[in-house]
Amino acid sequence: MSGAADQTGPLQQQVAEACGSGTPLQIQGGGSKAFYGRPAGAGKPLVVTGHRGIVCHEPKELVVTARAGTSLEELEATLAAEGQMLPFEPPCFAPGATLGGAVACGLSGPARPYRGAVRDFVLGLRLINGRGEVLRFGGEVMKNVAGYDVSRLMTGALGTLGLILEVSLKVLPRPEQELTLVQERSEAEAIEQMNRLAGQPLPLSAACHDGLNLYLRLSGTDSAVQAARGLLGGEMLEKGRDYWRGVREQTHGFFCDDAPLWRLSLPSAHPPLDMPGRQFVDWGGAQRWLISDQPAATLRRTLERAAGHATLFRGGDRTGEVFHPLSPALQRIHRQMKRAFDPLGILNPGRLYRDI
Amino acid sequence: MLVRELRRILPAASVIDDAESLRPYECDGLPAYRQMPLVVVLPETVEQVQQIMRLCHEQRVPVVARGAATGLSGGALPLADGVLLSLARFNRILAIDPLQRSARVQPGVRNLAISEAVAHLGLFYAPDPSSQIACTIGGNVAENAGGVHCLKYGLTVHNVLELKLVTADGELVTLGGPALDAPGYDLLALMIGSEGMLGIVVEVLVKLLPMPARAQVMLAAFDDLEKAANAVGEIIAAGVIPAGLEMMDGFAIRAAEAFVHAGYPVDATAILLCEVDGSNEEVSDHVALVRNLLLRLGATEVRTARDEAERVSFWKGRKSAFPAVGRISPDYYCMDGTVPRRNLARALTGISELAERYQLPVANVFHAGDGNLHPLILFDANQPGELQRAEDLGGEILELCVQVGGTITGEHGVGHEKLHQMCVQFTPAELNQFRAVKAAFDPEGLLNPGKVIPQPRHCSEYRALGPEARMAPSQRGGEGA
Repeated sequence: MSGAADQTGPLQQQVAEACGSGTPLQIQGGGSKAFYGRPAGAGKPLVVTGHRGIVCHEPKELVVTARAGTSLEELEATLAAEGQMLPFEPPCFAPGATLGGAVACGLSGPARPYRGAVRDFVLGLRLINGRGEVLRFGGEVMKNVAGYDVSRLMTGALGTLGLILEVSLKVLPRPEQELTLVQERSEAEAIEQMNRLAGQPLPLSAACHDGLNLYLRLSGTDSAVQAARGLLGGEMLEKGRDYWRGVREQTHGFFCDDAPLWRLSLPSAHPPLDMPGRQFVDWGGAQRWLISDQPAATLRRTLERAAGHATLFRGGDRTGEVFHPLSPALQRIHRQMKRAFDPLGILNPGRLYRDI
Repeated sequence: MLVRELRRILPAASVIDDAESLRPYECDGLPAYRQMPLVVVLPETVEQVQQIMRLCHEQRVPVVARGAATGLSGGALPLADGVLLSLARFNRILAIDPLQRSARVQPGVRNLAISEAVAHLGLFYAPDPSSQIACTIGGNVAENAGGVHCLKYGLTVHNVLELKLVTADGELVTLGGPALDAPGYDLLALMIGSEGMLGIVVEVLVKLLPMPARAQVMLAAFDDLEKAANAVGEIIAAGVIPAGLEMMDGFAIRAAEAFVHAGYPVDATAILLCEVDGSNEEVSDHVALVRNLLLRLGATEVRTARDEAERVSFWKGRKSAFPAVGRISPDYYCMDGTVPRRNLARALTGISELAERYQLPVANVFHAGDGNLHPLILFDANQPGELQRAEDLGGEILELCVQVGGTITGEHGVGHEKLHQMCVQFTPAELNQFRAVKAAFDPEGLLNPGKVIPQPRHCSEYRALGPEARMAPSQRGGEGA
């Protein structure tokens, strides 16, 4: 493919030099998720986009291995050509989104509760740790318990533990049929129904509620989808595919607002959260988007009572903690884990939490 | 001294230190390795576990955790100077939430007991290792257990939402939670499969899945191993993810048939068992598709289980294959490597060549769908040198798995058994990174020390032997039992 290049050598050299001089590095991919997490502080940019290309795609293995700078667009097109897909539906948010960024941010789309998250499909990866060493963990096989699961630990770590070089992912066949049903429901009714349906053997692959209507996506063999459609009822949504893309990419009307956007993660069956602001329920109730100017502390207390956590996803005051603060015991383990991979603290310092 | 302190924390009956009562704890499911622990403790509450860990931390005494001890890699092998902490009394299901589809259980709850407890709700706990009648969820977490159905439903790591664990210094920490993710690093994923080296799991919140409306199993016979191995990849390439896709070779087929009379074709070179599940319509479609595909790919016969009784019978043969082989051989040694599916035939050929060279029969019964091999090496421990030969052959089979792009363990863990092969699969820098990860949780190295991650000296000695010397059983280095 065009522009494929292995830049492991030069990248390793840059990290090793930074390690030698104690210079912080700011890892840069396509920049589509630069808004996410805490702001990148001072530091030397480390550009990964040139390290790109699909290394191996064996359709029969249901595995694809690609370099971190490969665009999600290229990756998804390659898979689609073989009737396959990334099951966790990673959001791009902007053109140029890369595989490395998708894994480092650990974000998954509407199918997450039914098919799994990014981390569930990561089989192995190669990385450069803060000592400038190139290391490989996991592999291209479905089952592998040799050593600790470092590959999954890298997922969502925002590059603070290592520079991801290459990722092997499990992929799945595209469903033969997919359709979306719409039913008018209150939020409370929708949450209850989404959870009830998830406990039944139905080909459910996404479920959300926009304040007025419940949207249910069915994916599978044509026969299974048609049978479930008959069972569930509701209006069939035309352009269902575009609808879910809007939810995933946050181009859906709900997200068009300049006020701070919060991502609330909580037990899926939790009843509606009574909070000031507008809400959108996704992931069958387990992920709720909130647009609100409420103070972070108040909001987080509410989420803690609900056994969940809150992330300031976009906008708002990003100089404080953007991710939910950790308990003292977990904070200590996080600091020690950071030191285990990046003893000098040169990789994306402060991007995840202020002190790691 | 330590024992006296432990008796202050626990009732007298929960501290065992006399030789006779310690004996049952000297090994796990891999009895080739045995070691009597200094003392066994059987706490009943989380507070007791914390107190034990604080005491051991203070006195720098190593601790090995133990569940049902069905592990096959010596992961729960005790230490002569250490405490063996049994979680057998943590055996309660604490809560079941049908709407949320989760169950909160103690680590000593048996794997199958969870599915049994939620069956009336139309739910089940997906990972189903062969030992599921006996093995416990705590051990499943330690090993990241899989099973027959993990091809479609995932491993333990995909089916656990939250863990409560006691750290090496006695602190209680929660990883994950009832939501689908937690803030910070994914320590939950790191903990699963960490073989008791990062913390003692004292509570587990598992995800429950809806039972499929229908399941149907097909049995395909082949007169050629390569054709069977090839069919595995073709089924998946056709867009079907079977709930289970298992393979048995001729040796295993005949042993199983003689044992449980499952109705297997005893003249076949290999059989595939392919189970598809889902809605009624989906299963009908997939059965037709897979059946035609198998015949086109050279299956000499494809049978679809006529009813539930026949489905159970087909699976019974597979599930009893290990004891069936055990019946015809004084001892057997079960291996656990994974290879990419495309290299299944190559790996199987390589294994039969090695078996020939070592003059020991090998039976193959395995999770073909995810390339997870379980070669069973038949030997007689009463014949001088045979155990050593079996171990050497096993080691070479695992190294063969690495050579063809796979791994030394798919689901049994490294434990004590595969320390040599860790040196083959990982570079010194990677092993060093593992040590740093362990130190982040357990700086003093008190949790299950000596397992999983070989010491640098161990690897340099093993590597120094060179591939030629490593093949000569008499010259193999290692600590043995």
